[in-house]
Parts: sequence; C-alpha cells; structure tokens
Amino acid sequence: MLSFVLIFIASLFFTGIVVRTKSLASGRKGPGIMQPMKDIWRSLRKGAVYSNTSSDIFQIAPSIYFASILAAMMVVPLGSQKGLVSFSCDFVFFAYVLALGKFFSIIAALDTGSSFEGMGASREALFSMLAEPAFFILMGSLGLLTGNTSFHDIFMNLHIGSYLSYALVTIACFVLIMICMIENSRMPIDDPKTHLELTMIHEVMILDNSGFDLGLILQATNLKFAMYGALIANLFIGNWPLYVSIPVFFGIQFLLAIVAGIIESFMARFRMGNNAQFILALSSLALLMLFGVLMS
Amino acid sequence: MMLVGVYLLVLLLAAVVVSIVAPRTKGIVAIYGIVAMAAISAVPAVDALIGNTHTYNFAGSYVTGPIGMEIDPLSAWFMLVISFTMITSVIYGQQYMNAYADSRNELSLHWICYLLVHAGLMSVCAMRNSIGFLISWEIMALGAFFLVIFEREKVRTIRAGINYLIQSHLAILLLTVAFIWVAIVSGTYSFDGIMQFVSQQSRLASLGLMLLFFVGFAFKAGFVPFHTWLPHAHPAAPSHVSGMMSGVLIKIGIYGIMRMLLIINVNYMVMGFFILIISVVTGIYGVMLAIIQHNLKRLLAYHSVENIGIIGIGIGVGCIALGCNNNSLAIIGFAGALLHVLNHSLFKSLLFYGAGNVYQATHCMDIEHFGGLIRKMPQTAMLFLLASLAICGLPPFNGFVSEFLIYNGLFDGINSIQGSGRTVALALSMAGLALIGGLAIMCFTKAFGTIFLGQPRAKLHSEPKEFGFVRLFPMYMAGGMIVAIGIAPKFFIGALNGALQQFVGNNATGESFQAVTTLSAIGIYMLVFIGIAAVVYGLRRWFTSHLPESKGETWGCGYLAPTPKIQYTASSFVRSYRRLAKSVLQVKKRKIDVEGIFPGKAEYATEALDRTETGLIIKPLRMIRRLLSHFSIMQNGRLQFYIFYGMFFIILIAGVPFMFKLIRLFINYLNTL
Repeated sequence: MLSFVLIFIASLFFTGIVVRTKSLASGRKGPGIMQPMKDIWRSLRKGAVYSNTSSDIFQIAPSIYFASILAAMMVVPLGSQKGLVSFSCDFVFFAYVLALGKFFSIIAALDTGSSFEGMGASREALFSMLAEPAFFILMGSLGLLTGNTSFHDIFMNLHIGSYLSYALVTIACFVLIMICMIENSRMPIDDPKTHLELTMIHEVMILDNSGFDLGLILQATNLKFAMYGALIANLFIGNWPLYVSIPVFFGIQFLLAIVAGIIESFMARFRMGNNAQFILALSSLALLMLFGVLMS
Repeated sequence: MMLVGVYLLVLLLAAVVVSIVAPRTKGIVAIYGIVAMAAISAVPAVDALIGNTHTYNFAGSYVTGPIGMEIDPLSAWFMLVISFTMITSVIYGQQYMNAYADSRNELSLHWICYLLVHAGLMSVCAMRNSIGFLISWEIMALGAFFLVIFEREKVRTIRAGINYLIQSHLAILLLTVAFIWVAIVSGTYSFDGIMQFVSQQSRLASLGLMLLFFVGFAFKAGFVPFHTWLPHAHPAAPSHVSGMMSGVLIKIGIYGIMRMLLIINVNYMVMGFFILIISVVTGIYGVMLAIIQHNLKRLLAYHSVENIGIIGIGIGVGCIALGCNNNSLAIIGFAGALLHVLNHSLFKSLLFYGAGNVYQATHCMDIEHFGGLIRKMPQTAMLFLLASLAICGLPPFNGFVSEFLIYNGLFDGINSIQGSGRTVALALSMAGLALIGGLAIMCFTKAFGTIFLGQPRAKLHSEPKEFGFVRLFPMYMAGGMIVAIGIAPKFFIGALNGALQQFVGNNATGESFQAVTTLSAIGIYMLVFIGIAAVVYGLRRWFTSHLPESKGETWGCGYLAPTPKIQYTASSFVRSYRRLAKSVLQVKKRKIDVEGIFPGKAEYATEALDRTETGLIIKPLRMIRRLLSHFSIMQNGRLQFYIFYGMFFIILIAGVPFMFKLIRLFINYLNTL
C-alpha cells in the first residue's frame, strides 16, 4: 500500500524535475516543478475532439492503459513493505499487465487511420517487444542470486549476498534504467520533445488524443516513470526501516529524474534504425549478469 | 462396454441420417450427432477426471490380439477438450456451410467425415493397442483430409490437402515403425509391450524409440521443422474445420507425446531438454513467420505452431523436473502444458471463426484489403479482440494463466536445478518465451488493427454485415470459457489433478500446489484489475459527460483531404521488423518503382516463404526430380518398349537365380580341378 501511494506522490513531481533539469542545463529558468501537473489538470477538464475514423476502441483504450499501469504498480514493493499484493512470479504479471496496456495504446493508434500514428505504433510494438527478454533474464538472474521468486523477496534478500552482488546490482541498475527509458519513450530511444512527427515514437501515437484521455495518458506516463524509479530504488533499499527507506526512495526518484534530464540535454537521440540493435544489446548485458550469478 | 456400443450406434445412425436429409438439415443432424457423441464420451471421461479410470477390453482378432481401451485422467482431459471445440465448431460450421447448400453430396461427405473425425480422435485417446491406435489415427487423418478438401475444385485447396495427406502419412509411417519395433521385441501389440520394451532394452534403445514416437507425433502437432503442412491446410479448409484442426486435431500429437512420456519412463532429462529446445525454436519461429503473413488464416496457422511451442516448453520443463525428481516443478510444467492445450483450443478456434465471419462477409482473406470492419461487424470484432488478447497471454484472460504457470516452472527450474548449462538453457527459454509474447503482441495488434480498425483499404466485393445470433453463439461459448478460465483458474487446474498424478505419482498432490494457490489469488487479482479499468472508465464517462465533444478529421499535419490510401498498411506496420529479422525470414519481393516524369504503374508486392519448407521439402524435391528426369528417356510412350521392360524384368527375376546356379556350378567345377 505504502509503495503505491509513494509512487503516486513521486509521479506528481517527476516530469517537472526532468523539465527543470533540462531548462537549467540549457541556461533557461524554465517552468515550475508543478507545471506538467497543471497541464494535465487542464487537459482533464477540457472537451475532446474525436476523429471520424475512430471507433469505441479509441475511447476505452486510454482508460485501460491507465488501469494497466495502476495494476502493475500494485505489485511493486518498497523495501520491507510488500506491494498491495505479492506472489510468486509477480514480475510476470507486472510485465504482462503492462503489455496489455501497450496492446491497447497500439490498437488505439491504429484506430485513427493516420499514417503517423501507424508508424509510431509499429515502432512501439517493435521496441517494447525487444525489451521483454532483457527484463525477464534480469529478473531470472536476480531470482537465482537470491533464491526467491517474487519482487518483494528478491529485493529484500539482495544485500545478503556476496561482494559480487554489488557488481551485479550495478549492471541490473543500468539495465533497468535503460528499460525504463525504452518503456517511457525517453532519450536516447525516443525524444519526447521533438517537433517532427516522423521521428517520434510514443508522442506520435497519441496525436489524436485530446481532453480527458490525453490527461490520463500523460499521467500514466508519469506513473510509469515513477514506477520504474521505484524498482530501481528497491535495488538499494533492502530491509531498511521506513524512516530511512522513504527518504532514500524519494532521493533515488529525484536522481533518476535528474539523470533523465541530463541525458536528454547532452545526448542526441539514436538513429531510429539502430535502436533495435541497442535494445537487443541490453539482453546480452542481462545475460552477462546471469553468467555473473552462476559464477558466484 | 455398452457406452462404446452406444457411441458407435449413434455414429452410424447420424452418418446414415446425414446422407439422406436435405442439404440444409445435414448440418443440424451433425450437430445432434456430435453433441450426443460428445455427451456419451464425456460420461466416462468426467468420471475418469474425478479418479475412476475406465477400462474396456475387446477380444480383438488373431492379428491384433486383445484390444484394450482405457480412459484415464490424461485421456479424459484431451477427450473433453476435443469434444468442447468440436461442438462449437459443428454449430459454427452448420451456419458456415449454408453458403454451400447447393452441393449436396459434398456436404454429406463433409459431415460424415466430421463425425468420423470425432470418433477417430476419441478412440486415439482411449486406445491401448498399437494396431487399433494406428487404425483410429488413420480414420482421423483421412477424415480430416476430406474435411480440408471441401472446396476441391480449387487447385490450391487440393494441393494443400495432398500436402497434408502425405505429411500425415509420414507421421503414420514413423509411428508404425516404432510400434513394429516394440512388437518385435515384446511380441505383443498392447501398450504394455512398450513397457516390456523399456525394461528389456538398453536406455539408448528406449531413447531411440521415444525419439521415433516424438517425431511421428511432432508431424501432427506441428513442431518445427515438421510444421509445413499447417500453413497450407488451414487456409484451404472451411473456417470451422480450420478452427477444429488447429484447436484440437493437432493437439492429438501433444497427447501422443505425453502418453509416450508416461509409458517410456526413462531418460527424462535428455528428453526434457530436447523437447524444451525444439519447443523454444518452434515457438519463436512460428510467431516470427506469423507476423509477416498477409493471409489471415495463414497467419493464424503459424500461431498454432507458436502455441505448440509454448505447450512444448511446459512439457519440457515437466520432463526435466521428473528427471531430477522435483515433483512440484513437474506439476507446474505439465499443468501449464495441459492447461495451454485447453486454452489454445478455445482462443484459436474463436479466432478462426472470426476469420470465417470476415471471409464470408467480404469474400477476401488478404488483410491488406480490410479496414474499419468493427463498425460493420462489432460483435465479431469484439470476440476477435478477446481472442487476440488471450492468445498474446495477456491478463485477465486464459492465455495468461497457462503462460504464467510455464513461466513459474521455468523460474523455479532456474532456482532449483543444478548445473550451469541447464540453468542457462532454462533462462534462455524464459527469455524466448518473453520474446514469443512480445512478437505475438506485435502480430495481433497488426491483425486486429488492420482488419477491424481504420478505414477500408480496398473496395470489397460486398458490403460486410454482422451475422445472426446462431452463428455468433458458438463464438460466445468459446469466449465465455476464455474469460472463465482467466478469472477462476483454480477450478480448471483442479480438474487436472488426476492427470498430473499420473506423471508424478500419487504422493505428490497437495504439497506442491503452491503455484495453484497463487493462481487462485491471481484470479481475484484479475477481477481487481477489471474493476480498476471499469472505475477509470466510469470516472472518465462521469467527468466528460458535461464537457463539449466534437468530431473531426484525423490529424494529418494540416492536410485536409486524407484518403484511406494513406493509412499504414499491415506490411508497413511490420517493415522495420522484417528488416531486422531478414536472416530468418524469406520474403519474395516484386517491385516496380515510380520512375520518370510521367510514371507508369507502380507496384510493390511481397510474399512470405518458409525457409524450412524451401530447404527441407521444395529444394530436395526439385533435386530428386532433376535426377529422375534423366530417366525420362525410358518413358517414351511406345507400347513395344513397355512390353520390353516387362519382359526384361521377368527375365531378370527368373535369370538371376539361374545365373547364380551357373556360377556356383562353375566354381564347383574349378574346385574339383
């Protein structure tokens, strides 16, 4: 329960911090931390325009997308505190329920009949599919390292291992950050602030969404980011008491947001054609981790 | 005993009545026949699932020896799965075949064969005598052949049918060889002979026998590289037949493999890894080819290959666990596999029925021509979406439950099985399963998106419209089961108890069902998820009810006259994937570019070929044909020559012993010298 609430709170500030970091890095003052939330609030109260081409799928998809992220958040623990639910192999549920949301956002994009959105949908489908194996090998090797099978138990027992486990956690951290960037369509895979539809992935899929639906999708993205931030935070928290783990949780979310901002300020987006190789390379990095665990 | 008699009587009666009634009534008679036969076979099957194995012994003949039939929980599970899909399929088929009401004799043959296929499948499940098994197998294979070639005037159909016929006889050939081997060693045709074989012969010989059986059954199930008949046969057959074949007929191969694993209980470790690896390859290869198909039914056929791979991964995990005496893991693996057998039969048949609806509404199977069908056929679209979500293994539907079990098995295997190589193999299988899931999502977003969403991409021959309730009813039946298994998996896993005990022995029931308690929690959790989605959607409705809403054109960068032609097509949706995977795929492209100031007609067409088919079947056949063409000089059409060949042959046959005698005489003569 605690992690659910904390992720929600973190999501409120997350994008604001990313935007602020980018502004500072480029020498501007930038908008306030809460500006993205104000934008979302404004969208939620606006009327909507629907394409003549779109059907009911387009109407229900954003809600299901949002619900899928809430459902995935339920299994994420916080240190010694379990998530709302915790069971053996809950990470499979985590990945698959997110995939359900993705399925709906892809078919909603195809529902508009726009070539731009079809293009974005095609890229999203390809890239997120390539990221799945990396996530599963990562969880498999973390499970092997700790001998446990659920998110909560794995993260709890991560620190009892040998010194090698620290090296492995570093790789895990890197892989998770990259998966987080892929899943949230951030740099270096996708540039959320590009102005050209042809180079977008996620943004181009939601071109036709407006009003409440757009607000839902934007908040869903924030939640997703904070959720992956929570997973990364869990790599470090272990079974610390709450008065330590909660500040550490927010500290790591803050750091992740700043890292995302810095990456976006100083790196160029990868060439679209090379993204696939890059994402596949993550799987081999995860495999490296598996071999590391087998050695220990 | 009596039940078997009654079953055969109903079969006979239904077959006779089907052939004499009016064309439109034939299907209805078939429905009654199949429902009655399913009910009769369900009586012992349900009893067997509860734990009372039924045995029937027939005297047989001098050749076969006594013929034993036995319905144990494993047989019962497959019998019930088969019967359910055959019922939905016959109800759907009765409606589907109304379009062909004028071909009277073909319909009689079709429905009689359908009844025979049910009988064949049931007796394959129950038979414990190799000759009886092979005969039932042949009845099923031949019946299915006639079902496939219903539209026999089409060249493509007849080719697909013959392809299927040859390949299914290759399977029978291998099975026959295996059974004869057993009969030579043990001297009996009963399945007990296989056990004798295993106890008498070396481990290597048993492994050889198991591999022989595996390959034979793999032809039927569609493991790569024995899958090549599937993508031809399914598009050619009428949709209810494709649904039935893909849903249950190929599962009889899985049944065979599991039955033989039960009987030949050695070498589980080797067999387990063999099955695991071939299954991962099958799964990935199947879905990789499915993505690039343009023909909807062909696409679905390749997905059957993929799902056979997923089932195989479950069986592989179960075998490996048996090999290292890990009963709880074995239960998870086999439970996942057996449950996926049921699940796949449900969503795959539903998808084929959906494809059938689309086909009969538009008379087209090329998904590039479709678009926007959801507005014309909303119920078909929703059912197709439901099945698509289920086949991708997404919660809260049934595909997730079985895939979750298999993931659970792989993950537990990584944790508990010793040996780095084995761990890496299991971890890679898990990654493979994840990749299969991701690719399946890509494939079904493409299929659903291009068929049902957007605008029509080409002018269709007829205006599509939704079908009536009778036609949709079997689809709702399958859809209802899909949701039920997703929400209450525990009940269905409970039904598997007996079959699982056959694999791990009676002692290992309750202790190892931790995964099952997890599953019942997941069932509740799925409801919670549906609840969240409903609440979010409700909030949205409530929030937006007073807000203005307007309609407009799709955003096109300010371009105000969009046409359906500028939509993304299925090929463009998968283009970047196709380029990424070009080393595995074989795509034939035909392309005329736009050139010059006044360009002529431009064209771009792709055709997806199957590398295993070209490599293993088409090329060798071409080489054989080239070799044999050298002898065509002998076939010159002159009668004298043919008589000469006959004479020559007779002289050869008669002359060889004579020559032999002469030579021996000569040598004897030399010896005396």
